[in-house]
Amino acid sequence: MRAPMRIVVAMSGGVDSSVVAGLLHEAGHEVIGVTLQLYDHGVATGRKGSCCAGQDIHDARRVADRLGIAHYVIDAEDRFARAVIADFADSYAAGETPIPCVRCNQTVKFTDLTALARGLDAERLATGHYVRRVDGPGGAELHRAADPARDQSWFLFATTQAQLDFCLFPLGGMPDKRVVRDVADRLGLAVADKPDSQDICFVPSGTYMDVVGKLRPDALEVGEIVNSDGDVLGRHDGIARYTVGQGKRLGQAAMVGGERQIVIATEPGRRRIVVGPRGSGTRTVRLREVNWLVEPPADGLRCTVKLRARDSQHPALVRVSGGSAPGSAEVLLDEPALPAPGQACVFYDGDRVLGGGFIRSSEVG
Amino acid sequence: MHYLDANASEPLRPEARSALLQALDATGNPSSVHRSGRTARRWLEDARESLAGRFGGRPGDLIFTSGGTEADALALHALGAGRRLIVSAVEHDAIRSVVGTGRDVEVLRVDETGVADLDQLETLLRDGPPALVCLMLANNETGTIQPIADAAALCRHRGALLHVDAVQAAGRMNVDIAALGAHALALSSHKLGGPTGAGALLLAADAPQIAALIVGGGQERGRRGGTPPVGVIAGFAAAACAAQECTGLAALRDAAEHAAVACGAIVCGAGAERLPNTTSLALPGVRADAQVMALDIAGIAVSAGAACSSGKVAASHVLTAMGLGALAGQAIRVSLPWNATLADIDAFIAAYQRMADRLRSTLVPHAA
Repeated sequence: MRAPMRIVVAMSGGVDSSVVAGLLHEAGHEVIGVTLQLYDHGVATGRKGSCCAGQDIHDARRVADRLGIAHYVIDAEDRFARAVIADFADSYAAGETPIPCVRCNQTVKFTDLTALARGLDAERLATGHYVRRVDGPGGAELHRAADPARDQSWFLFATTQAQLDFCLFPLGGMPDKRVVRDVADRLGLAVADKPDSQDICFVPSGTYMDVVGKLRPDALEVGEIVNSDGDVLGRHDGIARYTVGQGKRLGQAAMVGGERQIVIATEPGRRRIVVGPRGSGTRTVRLREVNWLVEPPADGLRCTVKLRARDSQHPALVRVSGGSAPGSAEVLLDEPALPAPGQACVFYDGDRVLGGGFIRSSEVG
Repeated sequence: MHYLDANASEPLRPEARSALLQALDATGNPSSVHRSGRTARRWLEDARESLAGRFGGRPGDLIFTSGGTEADALALHALGAGRRLIVSAVEHDAIRSVVGTGRDVEVLRVDETGVADLDQLETLLRDGPPALVCLMLANNETGTIQPIADAAALCRHRGALLHVDAVQAAGRMNVDIAALGAHALALSSHKLGGPTGAGALLLAADAPQIAALIVGGGQERGRRGGTPPVGVIAGFAAAACAAQECTGLAALRDAAEHAAVACGAIVCGAGAERLPNTTSLALPGVRADAQVMALDIAGIAVSAGAACSSGKVAASHVLTAMGLGALAGQAIRVSLPWNATLADIDAFIAAYQRMADRLRSTLVPHAA
């Protein structure tokens, strides 16, 4: 064990980050708990007159009280509204399928909280994410969690090397969630039995489309469903309701010539959904906003890639593309797959995350 | 810990503590007819006489409440009944919360130092139906003192009532309801070094009769039901007697202010007449909640803006109303308690300088 450090812990009010605070405090560190107020809870749940803070902030404060550590609430509502919620709606309107958790990690959590932690003279920022930070010869490495069922490495691909060097993920080595709950119980934390959070935090009732429709009504305008030749096969009720790979909500376009159809592309400009036979795929995936956690490979990188949160590994060759936008890359899959624009393509070497980027819309054809 | 958050709550004065403990040990309810009841009632009425006299009113016109917020609520309820409300933009939430409730409310604007626009007040009073005007004596965030006597003259000329939230001013400057010309004053025990849990609404001799907000058993001559907390009220009165004008704090406050300004801070409301113990310091580009955190970690207790019950610090409505824009989210309030020392200020200055350097170098302003 190193000498005691001052560590800022991002506390959500859930059991995971509470256990992180508890373990680091128990280990003798000076722990400063910080909870982000991301949106007005009263407004989000539609309960007029209720407090802007949800139960989670209350829970986080009570955990901090129990541990006897400092705790603060940071108002990140404006930043979250712009960087995460507006981006979420814009992404749908652009025919993509966004990952708001990645945007939140990229902005509010790792960029802003590491800056704040440094400003408070803390030596580390710790979170309850299930990933492992492994000290390697070239600095901190990002690895999958020990518990494959909990692994969140795909959601953290955009963490920069500098952020990774500053961060701690004490739960990455936990064998399973039961152990985490047992630690919470041993530390006397009231959140030990609190249910896991589900789904997207700012859409409590699960009605994504209400949020999208409020910010980008154009994403819910009706349009045509076409095949890759442009023949009209049916109508859709809003481009935001479709993700590449989806077979539902296609109506009469669901079956063409006895073959089941799936969405193979979106054309936001013309508000069209393009379908093709199930089994359609591509071998080339173009990425933007690529984050490298190794030196960008000059001659391409053989690795496996993961294209969705719950997805198997695809063997591939990743090449840095010199193109116009910095941070571009091209992925050549050994076998065709159907990546959804807006989702992440994350590069792995075994358990280690080497980098990743957001999947760009591909041209149809 | 160097406590520089007196406007949130003053440290308990020894005189208040002593009176509180003494009265707490006396068993009895002031409404009871037996000897114990009479003893309790004597504590209560001694406190009432002492407090009324301290603030220029008559004992029969002082109604004990649970605190400043309830005193304000009682004024809004009783004096505001059937009247249009005119409230300044920098009022405490105890008053400001009526905006948007469906009542007829006009908001009175303030200038860049936080002083209410009396020309606008005159226009509003001339044109509208009978009003209750709510204007605080000293602001909780900036310490800005309002021209109450002038406002009172306008109100009386136009048949309006004037309620003055004197919660921050009482005990820190001379407060006399007759001299101010107000119809009612809200007071709070813990803001002048008494215990929490008591406040009062003091009515002027010519104020209208008022109806209770809490009816209950008809205590306080039918104007506020519920058994009064005799011990707390005894502490309140003792604190009010002990509290002198805090002009002695001005030199310490000014030293803190000068040091902060040398670090790049802006003093909000600097041009106005202010309470001697209060300063609002905006540090351009550095969010207020981070400043409060850094200072707290360094052992200095200050506050920022309006802390929600969640603990979230939102941009200050007071500073926003003063036209400070983004600075409204970048200001901390330093408010010296009655027992502040030079050591407190030296510690504040050292911590502030370090905080300003550190946060300015690490916090990156967000792109739009």
